[in-house]
Amino acid sequence: MQILSALIAGLVFGLGLIISGMVNPAKVQNFLDIAGSWDPSLAFVMGGAIAVAAPGFWLCGQRLKPIFADIFQKPAQSNIDGRLIGGASLFGVGWGLGGFCPGPAIVSVSVVSPATMVFILCMIIGMWLAKLVKTIRGSPATA
Amino acid sequence: METQFTPFASLFGGAMIGLAAVLLMLTTGRLAGVSGIVSGLLPPRTTGQATYTGVAFVIGLLVAIPIYLIATGGLPDQSMVAGLPVLAVAGLLVGFGTVLGNGCTSGHGVCGLSRLSQRSIAATITFMAVAFLTVFVWRHVLGGQ
Repeated sequence: MQILSALIAGLVFGLGLIISGMVNPAKVQNFLDIAGSWDPSLAFVMGGAIAVAAPGFWLCGQRLKPIFADIFQKPAQSNIDGRLIGGASLFGVGWGLGGFCPGPAIVSVSVVSPATMVFILCMIIGMWLAKLVKTIRGSPATA
Repeated sequence: METQFTPFASLFGGAMIGLAAVLLMLTTGRLAGVSGIVSGLLPPRTTGQATYTGVAFVIGLLVAIPIYLIATGGLPDQSMVAGLPVLAVAGLLVGFGTVLGNGCTSGHGVCGLSRLSQRSIAATITFMAVAFLTVFVWRHVLGGQ
C-alpha cells in the first residue's frame, strides 16, 4: 500500500508541476527576472502548494503514525550551517541558469529531448558527487 | 522569451503539489522532497532510505507527462532557456547543491515552509535570492538570452 500511495503521490505531484507550468524552464526563469519579462506564476504555485500542505502537515502531526507506515520521518538536522547555505546557493545559481529544479527535471525525462537529457544526467552526477563528498567528509544523518 | 502569467492554472497545479506532499506524508510518513528521494536511490546508499516508496514516487513523476499527453492530446509547453553547455553546468550545480543543502524547491520550498522549518526557511530565502541575482547578472549584465 505504501508503494501504491507513493506512486499516486508522484503522479499527482508531476501533474501539478505540468498544470502549473513549472515544467517550462522559460516560465521559471521569467519568475526570477523581475527586471525583465517577469511572470509571477511561480509565486502562485508556491502559494497554492503551501495553502494545502501547511494544514495537511498539521493534521498529519495530530496523528501518532502514518496510515501505512510505522513512523513519520522527520529531518534529523535543525541547525543552519555553512553546508545548508552553501548548497542552497549553488542550487540557486544552477536553477537560475537552467530554469530547472529537480522535480520538473525528473518529470521532463519522459520528453526525451537532448536538452533535458543533458541537464538530468549532469544533475544525477552532481547529486552523486555531493553524496560522495558528504560520505568522505562525514555528515550528520541526511534527510 | 515572454511567458503568459497563469494565476489560476498555477494556483491549481500548486494545490495538487501540496496535496501530493500531504498524501505521501499521511500514508508513508515521508517528505516529498524530490532531490532527497532521487539522491536516496543513488550510491553510496545509507541505511533507512526506503527504496521501494522512492522508486514508486519517481515512477509516478515519470508517467505524469505520458498521462497528460493521453488526457489532453498535447505535450506541455517547454522552452529551454540555455544551450547544452550551460544546461550541463546548471544540472551539475542543481544536483550538487540540492544534495549538499539537503533539499530543493519541493523539500525546502513547499514542504519545509509548510512545516515552518527554520532550516528550510533559510535555505529557501538563500536559493531564491541567489537565483534572482543569477538571472539578473546572466540576462541583464552578461546579456545571456
